[in-house]
Amino acid sequence: MAETADAALFEAIAGATAKAIRRAEIEMPPDVLTRLRCAAASETSEVARQELQNIFANIEEAERRQIPICQDTGVMVVYLTIPPDIPFSGRLGDAVAEGVARATGEVPLRPNVVDPIARHNTGTNTGQGMPVVHVLPGDQITVTVLPKGAGSENVSRTAMLLPSQQAEIPRFVAETMLLAGGKPCPPVVLGVGIGSTFDGVAALAKEALLQPIDAMDPFEQLICDAVNCLEIGPMGLGGTTTALAVKVKKADCHTASLPVAVNVQCWACRRATEIVEVP
Amino acid sequence: MDLSTPLGDEVLALRAGDRVSLSGTIYTARDEAHRRMHEEGIPFDPKGAAIYHCGPVIRDRTVIAAGPTTSARMNTCSTFLIDAGVKALIGKGGMGREVAEHLFGRGVYLAFTGGCAALAASRMQLKGVDFEDLGMAEAVWAIELDHLPLVVGIDSHGGDLFDRVMRRASMRFRTMRHPKPE
Repeated sequence: MAETADAALFEAIAGATAKAIRRAEIEMPPDVLTRLRCAAASETSEVARQELQNIFANIEEAERRQIPICQDTGVMVVYLTIPPDIPFSGRLGDAVAEGVARATGEVPLRPNVVDPIARHNTGTNTGQGMPVVHVLPGDQITVTVLPKGAGSENVSRTAMLLPSQQAEIPRFVAETMLLAGGKPCPPVVLGVGIGSTFDGVAALAKEALLQPIDAMDPFEQLICDAVNCLEIGPMGLGGTTTALAVKVKKADCHTASLPVAVNVQCWACRRATEIVEVP
Repeated sequence: MDLSTPLGDEVLALRAGDRVSLSGTIYTARDEAHRRMHEEGIPFDPKGAAIYHCGPVIRDRTVIAAGPTTSARMNTCSTFLIDAGVKALIGKGGMGREVAEHLFGRGVYLAFTGGCAALAASRMQLKGVDFEDLGMAEAVWAIELDHLPLVVGIDSHGGDLFDRVMRRASMRFRTMRHPKPE
């Protein structure tokens, strides 16, 4: 009996994961569309407007043909919430991985996961430590997927600032985009982590990307304005839209530390959540 | 401006920042294809040709997705193509100084929007393939384009939009004061 229930739960999580991936890869979240539309309305550079028009046309075409928005379908970062009555075990991660492998064949996704040194491709977007799975407590089982492309991930940065360097934070974020230029396919969304530890701050920056981007608090807006004053523009071709939004996530930290991380995300800020119906 | 392949001296009139639409046959090529073409020769007539930095997804002889890849990876292996008569390189992110100088008086670099794989595919028809043994992403696919919207990133007069934008961004960063919440 317990084994049957376990198999049914495994299947429910795998199915929900595959479904969330399909949706994330093909449909643009409404808050990202809203920010893109705002950018297109305020953008003054003709070249930048053309780039944004191409992005809109691409989003429509992907949805019409039910194909991924971008050919870099990313690697999967998955956030799983588990209620108290579900036993925590490695099977949960296995179920998520099964969903990723299934989506790779069905959507289809580009197989992107390789051994870091041998560079051998596993073919399924799963492997040692892949997908990345974060488990959090919750009221119900939910699967949130964040497919992460390499162009933007590769220009992300972490810094261990001094506690006295708080005022440096917006400049550090702007410097990250200055070094990145057009490489991460701007207009970007910037997830900024502040606090925690060396490893924790990078996780905060990525989690910040899960927040809706159609609203920013004054601090986020200030950083966003600093980035946009660089006028790198869509694809590095110039324009007022370099960042669609900046989202900040904080945690407390050591009194002698000020960890800061910037996770850069291309315009295709893909994410989706599915609720798992417990069988 | 509407352009179609084979390209001629009309590309020499273009300036960085001009918007163009391109029709006609183009050839995809990434790192491996450049190496093969350099060693074994170019499998198509390079005179007036356009090269697209792209590893497409092809299924049942149909282009499913064909967004641009980062052109800078081809910085060190592109000049022989320009020498052979190629008039346009297409990709994303711009190219290095060596390529920009090589394009002087000869051709242009055209930028297509990163990530727009579905839009590109909707304007494409597959015509043929060379070096298919390199695999889907690295093969040279001949593709018929129907009005792909592009921006002149580097012109044949030394104009480089990417370089111009990043110089200005650098200057603005240097003069940026510590922004503080009000």
